[in-house]
Parts: sequence; structure tokens; C-alpha cells
Amino acid sequence: MTELVAAQARRSRIEWREWLRENGVYVGIVVLVIVNVLLSPSFLSERSLRLQVVQVVPVAIVSLGMAVVIGTRGIDISVGSVMAIAAATMAAFLGYGPIPAIIAAIVACIVIGLINGGLVAFVGIQPIVATLGMLVAGRGIALVIANGKLTEIFDPMLTNLGTAAFMGIPVVVLITIALAVAVSIIVGRTTFGRHVLATGGNPVASALSGVPAKRTLVAVYVLSATLAAIAGILATARVKAADPSYLGSLIELSAITAVVVGGTPLSGGRVRVAGTIAGALLLQLITATLIRNNLSDSTSRMVAALIILGAVYLQRDKGNT
Amino acid sequence: MQLTPSTASVPGPAVSAPVLEVEGVSKRFGGVLALDDVSMDLHAGQVHALVGENGAGKSTLIKVMTGVYQPDTGEVRFQGVPTRFARPRDAQLAGISTIYQEINLVPQLSVARNLFLGREPTNRLGLVDFDRMRAGAIRMMERYGVSVDVRRPLQEMSLGAQQTVAIARAVAEQHRVLIMDEPTSSLEPSEVERLFAAIGMLRSEGVSLIYVSHRLDEIFRICDSVTVLRDGRRVHHGPVRELTRLSLIGLMLGREIAESSRITGFGDEGDVAGGEVLLEARGLARRHVLEDVDVTVHRGEVMGLAGLLGSGRSSTAKAIYGAQPIDAGSVTIGGQTVAPGSVRAAIRAGIALIPEDRKAEGIVPGLSVRDNITLGILPSLSRFGILAGKAQDAVADDLIDRLHIKASSRDQKVSELSGGNQQKVLLARMLAMAPRLLILDDPTRGIDVGAKAEIQALVSELAARGLSVVLISSDLEEVVEGSHALVVLRDGAVVGSLQAGEVSAERVVELIAAAAIAAAIDEVPEALGTDDPTNGGEPA
Repeated sequence: MTELVAAQARRSRIEWREWLRENGVYVGIVVLVIVNVLLSPSFLSERSLRLQVVQVVPVAIVSLGMAVVIGTRGIDISVGSVMAIAAATMAAFLGYGPIPAIIAAIVACIVIGLINGGLVAFVGIQPIVATLGMLVAGRGIALVIANGKLTEIFDPMLTNLGTAAFMGIPVVVLITIALAVAVSIIVGRTTFGRHVLATGGNPVASALSGVPAKRTLVAVYVLSATLAAIAGILATARVKAADPSYLGSLIELSAITAVVVGGTPLSGGRVRVAGTIAGALLLQLITATLIRNNLSDSTSRMVAALIILGAVYLQRDKGNT
Repeated sequence: MQLTPSTASVPGPAVSAPVLEVEGVSKRFGGVLALDDVSMDLHAGQVHALVGENGAGKSTLIKVMTGVYQPDTGEVRFQGVPTRFARPRDAQLAGISTIYQEINLVPQLSVARNLFLGREPTNRLGLVDFDRMRAGAIRMMERYGVSVDVRRPLQEMSLGAQQTVAIARAVAEQHRVLIMDEPTSSLEPSEVERLFAAIGMLRSEGVSLIYVSHRLDEIFRICDSVTVLRDGRRVHHGPVRELTRLSLIGLMLGREIAESSRITGFGDEGDVAGGEVLLEARGLARRHVLEDVDVTVHRGEVMGLAGLLGSGRSSTAKAIYGAQPIDAGSVTIGGQTVAPGSVRAAIRAGIALIPEDRKAEGIVPGLSVRDNITLGILPSLSRFGILAGKAQDAVADDLIDRLHIKASSRDQKVSELSGGNQQKVLLARMLAMAPRLLILDDPTRGIDVGAKAEIQALVSELAARGLSVVLISSDLEEVVEGSHALVVLRDGAVVGSLQAGEVSAERVVELIAAAAIAAAIDEVPEALGTDDPTNGGEPA
């Protein structure tokens, strides 16, 4: 009898944990919004809200790519350097006009993605090591392209891209939403998406079923680099300067955090797109809340660390239960 | 030589009390009874063989003895005292060691550090006394006839040397029982000899060994007694010398050799053999794995690959499917050569394979039943890369229906299904690819009786409709009854083939045994003549 009760209690604990893993990120956002409104009603003003969503854009876009990479049991820590390469390439090609510059930036980053993916899929280097190499080398490449200098951007189309709004919503936010929808469709509705989930869920079984595992892996790293390039372009447009030294620095950590907090397991086989965007938003809210209340950035990092630990703890016995 | 059986050199089993006893142990996992009332005992200075086919319960029994699993019923007694090891560490502390290379050893540390890990000799300052440690390590290794630089990291040593380190360490810690799980599977012949010498030495010191192997020659050479498991039950327990190779193989496979010859098979096998050739695999070879294996399958034929565990039956299947790299050989389907080493090429040619290990190589646990079924044909169910949900549903529903897959819906996660239904999902995945040749590697392993019968019936129905099948099973009866013709393998080589009409379990056992005996005569001619009576009078 007592055993039965205990078993039931355990089951409900598992279910509760399951629920929290899926929805914890949304709960966190709601809690933080309520806290902020209580502390200062001006939080809900249009200006303040706009600031929050605009600031989250680079991390949100990068974490979309990160989520797909993590879905294959991989990781891409080169995203920050890829952003810098995109910024530097765009600045270098701006003489040909804004559109060619953007295309050049994206093509450069696709090449980086091919290298990352090739190292992982064909050479067999562990993802964290392969992309660590690119994290170090990429920053150097960006500095070489930019001659080690910060380049100011005066092109009206680009600066407009960074600041314009459509029906009151900043264009960069609209782009982010469009990308999120696109990634969500890629993951949920395409052959490629299924191949990603299958490769992450059971690489051996996928290979034995004829899934083109290597091609899929390469494509995943290309997708991640492309999204990082877009993030780099938008961030550059917003600050009106291409900064190869610092743009995207440490963004890989925020992106991984957003993915994990959003409920995507590091063990692969699952990608949660909405959760990832919510994860990025949650991180942004934590930083904003602490800054509004005059706590330092270093405190917000520590809080973020606690949240990562919590999220990973919730994912801990996946598979056992 | 220390390898003479125990009766002469140490107290006989009948006199001494058992070191380790297992009595009436049962262990159930879900619907599968992995161990059914199994008992065995192990005496001091005895080398006890534990044998059985895949899924017979060997590893479960070992895990019960070493505290990885708790038995559902029955008990384990260690040195006469009923014991429950709550975890593997407790068993180790009590003195039961399992020798796997990878366990308890740190590959990056030196041989000496590994040997003395946790009990390093110290000098007056309390620091590790490296000179003494090194000298001790050299002495320990030399006892086993291994001379290596003990300062080098363990991972640089050969597997045999690593194993010796594990053994030396266990003995230094005064362990009374050593369990060796297929210790020779990746050793070179000279290393095997060294291991046997070490085993002989341990035996003379009164250490007891449980020796798990599927190499019969080894069992007859070094083991005193044997427990044979089949389908979780103990089917034999006693001294090795009471058995012949033939009778041991019979026990493992569940066939009495004296049983009157019964030819089984399907009614129309005559037509089948006369049909056109579909698959021709020629000279498949891979160092240490496969040796010049030929397999021919006709249209609508079920070709069984028979042999003991480790005989190369799974490797042959995987080589045909491009999942096992080969050094030489060719595979043709309907006269067309299939690019070697490429699963995708094999699939394009119309070959499908259901792997042996359903969990590790088969299902993608996080995906739904539908996605698992359609995994191999996604490109054909999509337009411009976008999946056509309806087409996917239709394929899945059709196969769920045809194979009677019991799932709450096609959207249920495949990991939530029973083993039998998971196996059907894999079968469905392969059938969705519309193969011409279906390779089934132990398709009914670990699934309940009902699902087993369904799958067997389905396979013969598919064959009747013209699909060619290569069938592997750890259940000899299943291969014999399900196949029109058979290829019999041993140690990665074909030792015989049975045409339609000649297929019987007795013939298979005879072929394997004859090859085993021939190999034994080849390998150790001097042992036969001199001091190894277990081999001596045997080839009868």
C-alpha cells in the first residue's frame, strides 16, 4: 500500500518535472514580467518593451541555429566569430552596394559553415573541438578582413534596416520572427528536419536506414553559420558600425543557454524552436530586470548560470523515466 | 604446465565449500524472463565456463552476481553467507572482480599507477614513492610473463597487456573471484596463450574464475566445469570433461544430437532453388572478422545464416548491406554490382536490413511510430523537401494495419511500444522501402511469444510473395524451420551449406562441431599428444 502511494508520488513528481522542463521557460518569462511591472509600471511602456525585443534579436537568431545543431547532438561555439566575419565582410564589400555586401557576408559564412560541418561529418572531429578552432580562427579572419579596425557604416539602407519599424514593430524583430517560423518549418515539416532529428536521436539507426547523416550534419552547420551571419548583419546595422573585435563575443554561451533553457535536450533528437526563442527572451529579461534595479551585469551572469543549472537538472534523467 | 585440470593440483570441487553460489535466481525485465530459476556454484581454484547463445541470460547472471541487478527471487551466497550486493562496488570490495579492460582502469595513467591506484606506496613525506611503485609494478607484470615499460600510459599497451594489468590488480587486491567476459575476443593468438598461462597460475593460487566465451576450444582447454544457459534457464551444469564438443553445441542450441533426423522446411523449396538468382555475395573478407564468405540467394528464397554467436553471421549480413567494411569481395543484386561499404548504395539496390540490436541500431526513440516507419523513404514522401503529411500518414497507417502494430496512434513515440511492436515498426520501415532482399538479424530476440509467431509468419508470407530473405537467429530452431537453405558459419568462414531438403538442426550442429574439431586439431597438435587430456580422447 505504502509502496503504491510512494510509486504514485514518484510518478507525479516525474510528470511535474516533465511539465516544468517543457514549460518552465514560459513560466519564467511571466514571473519576470510581473516582477518588473510591480517594481516599475513604466516597464510596459512601448519604448521599454521595444528595447527588450530589439536587444534580444542577435541572441535569438543565433540560438535558432544552435538549437538545430544541438538537435544532432552537436554544438557550434563559433557563432560569435562568424558574426564578426559577416560584419567585416559586409563592411569590406559595401562599396558594391548594400545588397551585394549582405550577400558576400552570407556567402563567406556559408563557407565557414561548410568547414565546420566538413570537420564534424567527414573528418570526424568532435563538434566542440571543430567549432572551437573556428571560434579562434574566425575572429582572426574577421580582423584580417577588416584590417583590425572598426568600420563605421553610413549606408542608408543598412542603417535603416537597424532602426526602421513596420506597423510599430521594429524590422529586425519581424525578421527574427520570420526566421523562427522558417526554422520551425524546416525542423517540423521537411525531410531535412526529420533527418536532423533522426541523426540526433540515434545516429547508428539513421545511418542503417539510409539517412544521409553526413550531408545532414554539414547542412546543419551551414544553417547555423548562415543564421549567425544574419545576426551579425542586423547587429552591425543597428549599431551602425562593423566591429570585428567584439561583435558576437561570448554570444555562443547565451545561445546555448537559450536553447537549453528552452527545453531542447543536449542529448539530441529534439528541437524546440518556440522554446528557444522564449529562452533568449528570458535571458534578456533577467539582464534587464537586474540592470533596472541597479544590479551589475556580473550579477545577471551569475543568475543566468543558476538558471542553466536548473534547466540541465530538469533534463538530467531523460531516458530513465 | 599449470593448465592441467583441477582434480590433480587443487582440492576437488566436491571437497571444498563453494566460494560463490547462486541458487534459484530469477530475474524479469518487463515481459521477458531473463533468468528462470538458475543455480550454479563456483569452487576455489576452479575455472567455470558460462556459455549460451545471445540472450540466453549470461550477462544478466553475471550482473546479478556482481550487484548490478538484484534478483527477483533466489539468492547469491558468497563464501557461504547469503549476500545482497547493493551495487557493483560492494561486490568488488567483497572480492569479486569483473575483468573488462575499460573498467577500473584509467587509460591515461601509467601501467604502474594503474596497478597501485588507491594504494600507492608512500615515502616518509607521505608522497608517492615512484621507485618502489615502479619496481613493484615490474615484478607484478613479470609474474604474468609481460615485460612492458610500466611508466607508459596504459592506453598505449596492447589489449592483452591491459587485460593482464586488470588481472594483476584484481589479484593484488586479494580478490577471490574473477569474472572474465569474452576475454579473448580481441586478443592476438600469442596474447591468448599468455592469458591462459595467467589463468593457470590464478587457479593454482585458489582464485576462482568464471569464464564467459563462445569459443569452444578455449572452454575445453582451460575450464573445469561449465554452466550452459538457454532462454534464461540452466540446461546443464557439470564438469567439462563429461561433455564433448558436439554435446556442448547441442546443449547451447537446444538440440539433442541423438534425436532422430527431422527435415523441416517449406513445401515448395524445390521451385525456389530453381528460380533466378537475386543476391550473389562472393568472397566477402575482412581481417579478423570474415574470411572468404559466399552467399547466394534466389528470388523468394529464405536463406538462413547459421552459426554460433561470433561466427560471423551478423558481420556477413552487415557486409552485404554495406555497413561492415570489407577488404575484399563483391555483392551483386540481380546481376548488378553494389558499391561496397555504402548502406545507401545497398538500399538503392533493394537491400534492407533489420539490425540485431533493436535499441542501439534500430529505433529512433524520440520519434513517433509514423516517423520511424517512414524514416528511410522521406525524400519520396516530400515535394521540394517539404514533407507531405498525408502521404506519410497513409504509408504509416497501411503498415501499422498490415503488420498489426499495436500503438495508440501513429503519433505515439516508438519508445513507448513493447519490444515486439518496436520490431514490427522496424520491419515496417524496411518494407516501406520496397526491398527485393530483406536481411533479418535475429528478428525475434527478446520479444514475447505472440509477436514472435506473428513475425515468423509474416516473413514466410513475404517470401511466398517473391521477396528474398536472409535470416539470422540465435534460436537455431527458428533458422532451421524458417529457411529453405542454410549457410553455416564458424569463425567468420563458411563451414558448410545445406540445400533445400537437407536443412535440419542436426546437420547444422554436426557441421559446426566438425569444423570446431578440425580447428582444434589444427591449432594445438602438441597439446593433443601431451598434457591436455580435455582435448585428448575427444574427437569421437
